[in-house]
Amino acid sequence: MRAIETHDLTKTFMRTESRPGLAGALRDLFDRRQTTFVAVDGINLTVDQGEIVGYIGANGAGKSTTIKMLTGILQPTAGTLNVNGFDPHRQRERFVSTIGVVFGQRSQLWWDIAVQESFRLLQRIYRVSDHDFKTHFIDGVAEVLEIGPLMATPVRKLSLGQRMRCEMAAALLHRPSLLFLDEPTIGLDVSVKLRIREFLKELNHRYETTVLLTTHDLSDIEALCRRVIMLDKGRIVYDGTLTDLRQRWAGDRTVRVVFGADVDPGAIGRACEREEETTFRFRLADDEDLSDLLPALVRLGPIRDITVLEAGMEEIVRKMYETGGATA
Amino acid sequence: MAYVEMIRIRFLTMLAYRLNYFSGIFTYIIYTGGYYFLWSAVYANRTSLGGMTAGAMTTYLAVSWMTRSFYFNNLDREIADEIKSGAVAIQLIRPYNYLAGKLVSAMGEGLFRLLFWMIPGMAVAAFLFPVELPTSPATYGLWAFAGLMAFLVNALLNAVFGLLTFFLHNAQGLRWAKSLATDLLSGLFLPLHFYPDWLQVIIRWLPFQTISYLPNMIFTGGLRGHDAWAAIGLQAAWVVGLAALTWRLWLRARRYLVVQGG
Repeated sequence: MRAIETHDLTKTFMRTESRPGLAGALRDLFDRRQTTFVAVDGINLTVDQGEIVGYIGANGAGKSTTIKMLTGILQPTAGTLNVNGFDPHRQRERFVSTIGVVFGQRSQLWWDIAVQESFRLLQRIYRVSDHDFKTHFIDGVAEVLEIGPLMATPVRKLSLGQRMRCEMAAALLHRPSLLFLDEPTIGLDVSVKLRIREFLKELNHRYETTVLLTTHDLSDIEALCRRVIMLDKGRIVYDGTLTDLRQRWAGDRTVRVVFGADVDPGAIGRACEREEETTFRFRLADDEDLSDLLPALVRLGPIRDITVLEAGMEEIVRKMYETGGATA
Repeated sequence: MAYVEMIRIRFLTMLAYRLNYFSGIFTYIIYTGGYYFLWSAVYANRTSLGGMTAGAMTTYLAVSWMTRSFYFNNLDREIADEIKSGAVAIQLIRPYNYLAGKLVSAMGEGLFRLLFWMIPGMAVAAFLFPVELPTSPATYGLWAFAGLMAFLVNALLNAVFGLLTFFLHNAQGLRWAKSLATDLLSGLFLPLHFYPDWLQVIIRWLPFQTISYLPNMIFTGGLRGHDAWAAIGLQAAWVVGLAALTWRLWLRARRYLVVQGG
């Protein structure tokens, strides 16, 4: 089953430009200059039920606008879209019961009241039965996210990490089959990040929940998404597996070697960088295997530790642009 | 029911800040007392002014402030803030109507202030000053109904001014003017029949009198039977008119959101 399907999804905005200075402001009163701005430019996107998709791109690439159209907040200018079998904007009130949304930068909980009151209100809003609320939510999601001890605390007194766990739980209270996460790990420390990632994997595995994730933290994508969609200037510039993305743009890998004694790495005739006293970094070209390098390393001296470092996402993205390959 | 739950939640939110309200009870008593002494001086040797006795005047002002605690809300500012911060877009991911949600939250707030602030305050004021409470249960019933209508008129008026923020970059001045007009032209401080004739003519065509003056007159016995029902009918007409205006503005605001971006 398809969770998301769009054809030539397009969104243009009208922007009013102000002229500079007082005279300009006066002219603006009578004659406003409007310019059209294409935020999303003919996106074709299909996401199957149960996928976890990373939706990445620089600021202003059109990620948020896409999410707002997919969640029914904005109406597309052109193109068609179908999410969970609905037209999100036209059938908004029925549609939104089938999705969950977490905006990392905005709280959806009621600020001044205890967490449990927010949950109870959401239970009523989404018409979740008391039985489902107990078995699926209190003993399920809330248990796994360890929200129990936070229940009686007002939201404003929670730490960011605690609040994000509650936000995540709130978005899942009505058991949506599709979850939109917009920068869910922004500002969180590593342990909370890891916990939220584990939880999302578990959720996806157990209930086949589809997840569309936008993030600036590329380690989120690496940990969670097999499929990555990259957006730039309102167009999709890459849609495929993370592995494929790596293979095509990851390029050289780096081998980090810790020797057990002082060595002279220049002896094997390869470029290398000294990281520390006896730690060196060697480049491994695309078409080379580790076994091409190993014998030479062994001859240099005793090896204590060896790590192969893959290119990070930042590097891939940069390279994609450098090589002009971002038109796949 | 989700909307009932939203009334409850707002009630709980207010309860979280209940300490702020204990001081409110004293403010209310001081207001009522101040008006009582002021009007005692104005009445001096006269028994009646503009067809009202000193006691009726004190009652009018006491009930005027009490009703205000119920109909008063900051819906205009809340909506304006949510529009400016973009939070209004986030509210659209929930399966309820945004404006209806705002309206019932305001109701929760009003009920809280009425129960925890005004009723205790009124009880103390009635003990200290010659407030003349109506004796007929029917009057209480009519007044309660008129109070509910006053709430709706005021809340819808606030919603209209809040939504104007969508179209005007800064509608704050407009909102202040509206607040002032609501307090002055609604008859909160003074029964409207004390105003000059020309002003009364204007006020008759504005919604403000239905917020305070008409319910207060029902309570003090100035409007009875047929007249009381006519007043409620006028309130209902304003509710329908303002609701239609609010809805049209909301639809236009959503289109604006679509054209200009969130």
